[in-house]
Amino acid sequence: MADVTLKGIKKSYGAVDVIKGVDIDIKDGEFVVFVGPSGCGKSTLLRMIAGLEDITGGTLEIGDRVVNDIPASERGIAMVFQSYAIFPHMTVRENIAFGLTIAKTPKAEKDEKVMEAARILQMENLLERRPSQLSGGQRQRVAIGRAITRNPQVFLFDEPLSNLDAALRLDMRMEIGRLHKSLDATMVYVTHDQVEAMTLADKIVVLKDGYVQQVGSPMDLYHKPDNLFVAGFIGAPSMNFLDVDIISRDANSAKVNSKSVAEFGVDVWREGLDQTSKATLGIRPQDLYPVSEGGLLKGNVTLTERLGTETVVDIRLSDGNRLLASLGEDRIFEHGQEIRLDFDHKKAHLFAPATQ
Amino acid sequence: MASKLKQSNRAGWLMALPGAGLIGLFIIIPFVLAFAFSLTNQRLASPNPTEFIGLENYSELLGLAVFTLEPERDDAGNAVVEDGEIQYPRLRKFTRKNAEFPHLDGKREWFSWQSGENRTVVLASDVVFMKALMNTILFVIVVAPLQSAIALTLALLINQKLRGISLFRAIYFMPVVVSIVIVSILWKFIYSPGDGLLNNILSAFTFGAFEPHDWLGDTSTALGSIIAMSIWQGVGFHMVIWLSGLQTISPTLYEAAEIEGSKKWQTFRYVTWPGLRNTAVLILIVITMQAFALFAQIDVMTQGGPLDSTQVLVFQAVERGYGKQDISGGSTISVILFVIVLSISFVQRWLTRERK
Repeated sequence: MADVTLKGIKKSYGAVDVIKGVDIDIKDGEFVVFVGPSGCGKSTLLRMIAGLEDITGGTLEIGDRVVNDIPASERGIAMVFQSYAIFPHMTVRENIAFGLTIAKTPKAEKDEKVMEAARILQMENLLERRPSQLSGGQRQRVAIGRAITRNPQVFLFDEPLSNLDAALRLDMRMEIGRLHKSLDATMVYVTHDQVEAMTLADKIVVLKDGYVQQVGSPMDLYHKPDNLFVAGFIGAPSMNFLDVDIISRDANSAKVNSKSVAEFGVDVWREGLDQTSKATLGIRPQDLYPVSEGGLLKGNVTLTERLGTETVVDIRLSDGNRLLASLGEDRIFEHGQEIRLDFDHKKAHLFAPATQ
Repeated sequence: MASKLKQSNRAGWLMALPGAGLIGLFIIIPFVLAFAFSLTNQRLASPNPTEFIGLENYSELLGLAVFTLEPERDDAGNAVVEDGEIQYPRLRKFTRKNAEFPHLDGKREWFSWQSGENRTVVLASDVVFMKALMNTILFVIVVAPLQSAIALTLALLINQKLRGISLFRAIYFMPVVVSIVIVSILWKFIYSPGDGLLNNILSAFTFGAFEPHDWLGDTSTALGSIIAMSIWQGVGFHMVIWLSGLQTISPTLYEAAEIEGSKKWQTFRYVTWPGLRNTAVLILIVITMQAFALFAQIDVMTQGGPLDSTQVLVFQAVERGYGKQDISGGSTISVILFVIVLSISFVQRWLTRERK
């Protein structure tokens, strides 16, 4: 097991910069998730750690050893790919044992390691099957089994659940979580799915356009997003954003309003809010609740999604802005019905308008 | 009244007619005709009516006999030796209207070997056909493995992301685009005795030590020369098929192998070669069939000579059918060739079948 340290990591393809200087500390035994939209560079970053992509600049350390120029096979890593990358002509046993076969490991030791991996993944009965006879989840388990037999210092997962259907994805997600607890290994996991990130990670790294936007525990990111991007990316449905004017402010708070939001006081701690009279207000859909009178927001219901445990209401505010409210109960709203909403002022976020 | 089903059936047959008609006209009818002619004494133009002669054509082509010649003996019973060589009775004593040896009638010596004092002679009804058959089989045995191996090597070389790689692809593929007749004429110049290109090059590289050789005029080098140029001409085509096979192998499989520490030849052995299975079967069958159809090179370069050392089946079929106006003989050779190629294809399919 080992720490992984990225210092000023850069990647360019010709004149195109993909990763523009990334610093991340991954502690021994930590489960770190890189998350971000398509093209943010998260997979490239993972492939650089794996040794499948050259590092253009900066240093990469795995367990106190600079590995920039060390080939993938000697970095002490194992990787699980989105497309499973298991060999179609080999049985499950041969697939799991592949690295050992290549290294000419004695048969007894090989069998033992394969059985060990199969036991951890509960697939002893599948060992003689071919990949074509397996479901997607089972295939991915074979790939994880192959990774386990390498006994790596760091496990790397490149969107391992993206090719699975929703139900399987949930199962495998839990399985990977369990695997992390039982192996106590350092794991780096790439996904574009913020639910996977929230549920699996000890630490989430949010990436966008080749920069790290924020690093922190899932709840840090959820409750204290540094900027508009992180606020909008983490949490489902996405946070509502409304443009507001700052009417007055003191050291730690400000009074804001807009055409659709009545005046109220909000905590201010983010940078970039000192010299401005304009700001963006962020409110999570879950923090909104309907009230019969008063309330800071007023609008009309345009769409209702009833999920049983919650009701997602799409609201058009009086100034034309859209707003989503997620109510933790099953409620029926008429189309066009007027609705008044309020929220805990402490849970509102104020962002500088330019931080996007 | 015709039902709707019947009407649509008729439409279906109508639409199939152009394709089916062409296949019938150019493939099925000629084949049936060839088979029918092979059972007759049909000639290209003859005043005599065609007669059905059963399998006589086949026995005339395929007839074989083994005959042991005993030495001529003097009165004491010793073998007669003249100039250090044992004297035998003349073969034609037995093969020409000899009532004691009706099965040898009309047969001629194909090859023979010495066993003690006796000489064992293999006789064939049609020595030229037998030579053609053997040359064709030799051609196939040499060309099929060699051409596919070279083509695979080239495909592996050009399956890389290098600057100008498509130039190399074009160069290797070029001989395929040029008509085989033109290629044959060019290679006739290359092989030409005296100041041909090959002789010049060999003599230049050996500083004049190499004596010019008549490549196509020498029975020991004629077939080899044709094999070499045939491989050169066809290799580009099979290279392209290999290349398409190579490109169906997922790049992540190579990455997975790289992470497992697989060396180059191990990657080929465990990833590339198994991934090329179906391509290999296709290439083997295609090359075998093409090699059996060898004709143009022989027709242009050697006409089967010298001393029948480059006789091959298709050339013989054409030579007999049109050169000697013996349509039934040519047809018989075609049918025999068809049976050979068909059975080899079945054997190849069986040998390369997917083993469960």
